[in-house]
Amino acid sequence: MKTYTNTGNKDTRSGFGAGLTELGKTNENVVALCADLIGSLKMDDFKKNHPERFFQVGIAEANMIGIAAGLTIGGKIPFTGTFANFSTGRVYDQIRQSVAYSDKNVKICASHAGLTLGEDGATHQILEDIGLMKMLPGMTVINPCDYNQTKAATIAIAEHHGPVYLRFGRPSVANFTPENQKFEIGKALHLIDGTDVTIVATGHLVWEALEAAKTLNEKGVSAEVINIHTIKPLDDKAILDSVTKTRCIVTAEEHNYLGGLGESVARVLAQHKPTPQEFVATNDTFGESGTPAQLMDKYGLNSAAIVKAVEKVMKRK
Amino acid sequence: MSNTQQLEDLVIQVRRDILRMVHKVNSGHPGGSLGCAEFFVALFNEIMDRKEGFDMDGIEEDLFFLSNGHISPVYYSVLARAGYFEIEELNTFRLINSRLQGHPTTHEGLPGVRIASGSLGQGMSVALGAAQAKKLNNDNHLIYSLHGDGELQEGQNWEAIMYAAAKKVDNIISTIDLNGQQIDGSTDDVLPMGSIKGKFEAFGWTVIEIEEGNNINAILKGMADAKSKTGKGKPVCVLLKTVMGNGVDFMMHTHAWHGKAPNDEQLAIGLAQNAETLGDY
Repeated sequence: MKTYTNTGNKDTRSGFGAGLTELGKTNENVVALCADLIGSLKMDDFKKNHPERFFQVGIAEANMIGIAAGLTIGGKIPFTGTFANFSTGRVYDQIRQSVAYSDKNVKICASHAGLTLGEDGATHQILEDIGLMKMLPGMTVINPCDYNQTKAATIAIAEHHGPVYLRFGRPSVANFTPENQKFEIGKALHLIDGTDVTIVATGHLVWEALEAAKTLNEKGVSAEVINIHTIKPLDDKAILDSVTKTRCIVTAEEHNYLGGLGESVARVLAQHKPTPQEFVATNDTFGESGTPAQLMDKYGLNSAAIVKAVEKVMKRK
Repeated sequence: MSNTQQLEDLVIQVRRDILRMVHKVNSGHPGGSLGCAEFFVALFNEIMDRKEGFDMDGIEEDLFFLSNGHISPVYYSVLARAGYFEIEELNTFRLINSRLQGHPTTHEGLPGVRIASGSLGQGMSVALGAAQAKKLNNDNHLIYSLHGDGELQEGQNWEAIMYAAAKKVDNIISTIDLNGQQIDGSTDDVLPMGSIKGKFEAFGWTVIEIEEGNNINAILKGMADAKSKTGKGKPVCVLLKTVMGNGVDFMMHTHAWHGKAPNDEQLAIGLAQNAETLGDY
């Protein structure tokens, strides 16, 4: 079985910051906006290097989204930065009308997604953002798995014309994808070949899926692991090809099972190849304060939960 | 380009377009549209420095953003008559498969429109972004925007108003259509907003008042004044006092025609009060 090495835990938001720094040097049309969270979003370097292209809007997310939409008129490529909660739910109508419906080339970059921002608790732990964003016509939704991939995705979305939601997080998580691996929007990555079950995961749950595959391998179960970094447009073919072989699937994400990756996968399967599926996701609930590890354990978002879901789904084949 | 008489003739034709558009589909917003006919005509034909044709980026020309998108009839009429698209297309207003959606959008590719509006309160932020893009591009042209007075009840406006002054966005002229009416009644009845002038000034804007917002010459003078105040470190606000439903006597001074179309008889009366000048579409 192919194995992956964690080159050291890193936060994905720093991957975003590094990608933005790179874009500052390579693409003069890239501009950045932030709603009073420069440090949290790791936008300090871009601000320091390109003060004329950086817009601090204060605690006014609705205004930030509108300004970003306006900046595209004149050829700029705005990257907005705030927490995932304030990047989506708080400004849904602004994104819907001024960005998505208006087809503006705005990159909505959202940190602190999901439960694992930790101690701040449920007011800040959005578990509905993927659903909100994927429902908007024309919106691309990307949830990279680690530091390297977040950096690569940040760079890649500048080259894509159209609105993008880029989701990443606060905690340090395993960094295992190759440095400078090209990021192809909408192209799932096969990480491990297997024959008994397909595990498709997004965000830092990809690492948990790899860990689960190791455990399953020791138990004699051959798991195929696919990294779905782009939830919309979804790589239907990668999913269908895999389940043709394995005949069952587990989806894993740090998001409500309603509206997330799992639901998108279920749609593909229902339309093309009905297949038993189990969901590793939060169960229509708000989060709470705690450490990331405690929360992932309590809400069933780790490798142990994935192993359990695999054992369950395999019995349904 | 135009003398006052030409502009006034165009205003009358625009009024006819508005009435006929909303009457045909028995929907749309004639009241606010009629109230702003003189402003739109002056803006697109005299005030703005526009290029021929249309491209989204609008480099090296003045740009306009409509925030209160429900007054699309006046916008469409003036855009068509300024050459952005054929005036016959006004026939398609609010019909299926039309580029002239109920509220303006870029989605169907209508030349002249750079942002969707309809959900209120978003236009000033967008206009500010476009103004800042102009500065980044070293483009000295101006951004114009129009907002309803009732629309100022939306909080996003005040985020934008605060930002504009703080960031010294001095290449924008945002006009507020002070007609004192909104859907449920007068703005004073629905939610009194106190002194709008005082609020803009307190937020750090330069404020120009146009008392006769349905008088072409007053608009031209006031907007020239506003233009002279740009580039001085402060955003510029124009308070344009208009009469909702202007030019059609039974529609004037009331919120009743905010979002209601005239029937056949009412249309005939309205058109009789505004005899054809440049030719109907």
